[in-house]
Amino acid sequence: MSLHKLTLCELQKQFQAGEVTATEIVRAYFLRIGHVEPKVKAFVTQAKESAFMEAEVLDLKLKGWRKTQPLTGMPLAIKDNICTDGIATTCSSRMLQNFVPPYDATVIAKLRAQEYILLGKTNLDEFAMGSSTENSAFGPSRNPWNLHCVPGGSSGGSAAAVAAEECVAALGSDTGGSIRQPAAFCGVVGLKPTYGRVSRYGLVAFASSLDQIGPITRDVSDSAFLLQAIAGHDPMDSTSVDRPVPDYMKALQKRDLKTVKVGVPVEFFAEGLDPDVEQSVRAAIGELKQLGAEIKEIRLPRTDAAVAVYYVIATAEASSNLARFDGVKFGFRAKETKDLLDLYMKSRQEGFGPEVKRRIMLGTYVLSAGYYDAYYGKAQAVRTLVCQDFDAAFKEVDLIVTPATPTPAFKLGEKSEDPLQMYLSDIFTISVNLAGLPAIALPCGFGKEGLPIGLQLIGRAFEEETILRAAHAYEQSTQWHLKKPTIR
Amino acid sequence: MEITQQDVEKVAQLARLAVSAAEKETFAKQLTQILGHVDTLSRYDTAGIEPTATVMGHVNVFREDLVRPSLSSEQALANAPEREVDGFVVPKILEER
Repeated sequence: MSLHKLTLCELQKQFQAGEVTATEIVRAYFLRIGHVEPKVKAFVTQAKESAFMEAEVLDLKLKGWRKTQPLTGMPLAIKDNICTDGIATTCSSRMLQNFVPPYDATVIAKLRAQEYILLGKTNLDEFAMGSSTENSAFGPSRNPWNLHCVPGGSSGGSAAAVAAEECVAALGSDTGGSIRQPAAFCGVVGLKPTYGRVSRYGLVAFASSLDQIGPITRDVSDSAFLLQAIAGHDPMDSTSVDRPVPDYMKALQKRDLKTVKVGVPVEFFAEGLDPDVEQSVRAAIGELKQLGAEIKEIRLPRTDAAVAVYYVIATAEASSNLARFDGVKFGFRAKETKDLLDLYMKSRQEGFGPEVKRRIMLGTYVLSAGYYDAYYGKAQAVRTLVCQDFDAAFKEVDLIVTPATPTPAFKLGEKSEDPLQMYLSDIFTISVNLAGLPAIALPCGFGKEGLPIGLQLIGRAFEEETILRAAHAYEQSTQWHLKKPTIR
Repeated sequence: MEITQQDVEKVAQLARLAVSAAEKETFAKQLTQILGHVDTLSRYDTAGIEPTATVMGHVNVFREDLVRPSLSSEQALANAPEREVDGFVVPKILEER
């Protein structure tokens, strides 16, 4: 079997047993990338040279003394808004096109300590703002299941790379669904950890109270395996939480869902839900019941407020986070400016794309004098109500099951002219970020046009084990994750 | 609420973002539409509800004030759009008298 077909856990086992070398792995992956990347366009930067060099060093080292880390030799792709020392980190923006970070994000330092191999940096909507990768300054990525469709976003490059088998697994970031929505669109597994579970240090900030880094993988075991490597407290991120990291692989050992109470929120099965999606998700709920879960109808009455709350809070935070891009210390600088103010204004005008500008404008507006209370204050108060909905639900159930997205992947260009329609496509994922909860998206079927459909499982804060266990039990009793796209 | 092109101009100035005539028109239209959706939040009674700024609660995080390795000035300057020896070059800020 070709190496690129193995899951992370399978490849890891072969490598640890000495059946395959790091150089063979890297060679197999760049062969695969050379073959499908011209169609999928998942990467912004390929790290071919450094990958081969790292692999060679590993192989030499392991010849003498076979002491390995869990991720030694494992070829990963990283979303291009996560800083990698010495390798360009562009955020798919003209603003950072030539930016080479002088340090590693904490998640990268952790992966590096485990001797992973970086294959490349993946495409995203500029500064992670979008749901399709169409906002990338370097052009959109494609959905491996249908090249005319978007891979989702903003971590669309990472999800497409995993689905197209251009890397064994990847990291993404999720502010309003940016891991789960592309995972659902590409038929792979995407996990957004609890806010504070994974360090955000070195993740280029978009909305600091919502952002979280997480794994995008081929199956649930890989998700648990990769989460294990990146989770944990970090003194460099004051919002990361100091509590022990459980053994996530151990959580997968229970194969049934007896004693697990699963809530189905009626608000997520309303108008606008694609019939194929509804059918697949209902069938998945039936499967969870078969596995022993107790299914219960619940209510999350403030669900329809989530998109509005999000687009006030996320843009407000973005407008202040992106104030640092001023053309002075790093990033794009406009030419021929007459004074410092002109330099700021023109560098930002020429460096940022339309969606980023739109969000900076919206965020600045809702924070400006006279509108702060009406918009920002109001949104923060309704955020409290959204959190209260989840608190009440989790008194009755252990996890919540929903569709990950209202429809399967849409066509390139279908929503790019209508920002509000694009925003509303994130309706099922956004409230999870507002409440800071962990959630996983995994494949649960295919629509009539052969595009994947994603199931979302939401857990209590810091109960990643529960959603991983349920996702794994479901996955083991179905075959969806074994289907692979034919890229043409 | 209708966002006018004058509003867009004012906000753009606050955001230190130059906008073209075409952008002013587009942003005015799009921001009106998006804020129209945001206005639906007025349906929710939030009297007496505490705002949520972060889900982790407001806990101050302290650490020892230790000297640690940091970036060299060469590393810090490596991404500068324009530099001179050990500094960033910017347009003149102070007027000569």
